[in-house]
Amino acid sequence: MEQIFFILWGLLTLAAALLVVTTRNLLHSALWLIVVFFGIAGIFILLHAEFLAVVQVLIYVGAISTLIIFAIMLTRRIMDPQQPRFNSQWGLVGGFAALLFVGLAAVATRVAWPAATGVLPPDPIQQLGADFVGVYAVPFEVASVLLVTAMIGAIIIARERE
Amino acid sequence: MVPLTWYLILAAALFCIGLFGVLARKNAIAVLMGVELMLNAVNINLLAFWRYTAFGQLVGQAFAVFVITVAAAEAAVGVALFIAIYRQRDTVNVEELDDMKG
Repeated sequence: MEQIFFILWGLLTLAAALLVVTTRNLLHSALWLIVVFFGIAGIFILLHAEFLAVVQVLIYVGAISTLIIFAIMLTRRIMDPQQPRFNSQWGLVGGFAALLFVGLAAVATRVAWPAATGVLPPDPIQQLGADFVGVYAVPFEVASVLLVTAMIGAIIIARERE
Repeated sequence: MVPLTWYLILAAALFCIGLFGVLARKNAIAVLMGVELMLNAVNINLLAFWRYTAFGQLVGQAFAVFVITVAAAEAAVGVALFIAIYRQRDTVNVEELDDMKG
């Protein structure tokens, strides 16, 4: 049952991802990107990371997709649909990406990965919150500084100059 | 239960599709979308390895949260850069933005 769900969900995600990189209309690619993000949230639920699935929907579907759609709207007129969407080296790049996939898949199937150990804590979200102010306190603070820096930087870069 | 290998292959496929988008698309915003696909593939890998090798601790989830944080910062700065470039140059075609080429 779980396998069938995984295959269907994975195929949907991969098909949407292919459409993201090949669709001519950029706005349509952004909408397919939202489908990919939802598909990945489903994969996270299969992996018992429910909190991450909610975060995925909130941040990627809610914030990053909106940001990308705004950017497309603000820079819309320049890419006319008659122009080629790929650069001249796309055949070479496609071959390279396919080759890389074959290599990664070969590694993933050949190596004997260790089996599952341990049991999930009874309240994983509470445990995650405690870890963020305990074990991972320093990276957590660094991440918040990074977010503030990125926010100020984005405002200064995108500001209209007189 | 779904084997770990399936998750790894799914993540590898998603990563390679994103890589193709990054290297082959002409529009800078399409390149940014490819980067997002690649970061998401990395997150699937992190969570799959957490689920199958270190289920007891929440280290995989914590790292995935940090990856999402960095991805959000990257998207915000990236989009701001494209808008600034578009104001100055009237284009976001990455092939025309080659001022730094030697």
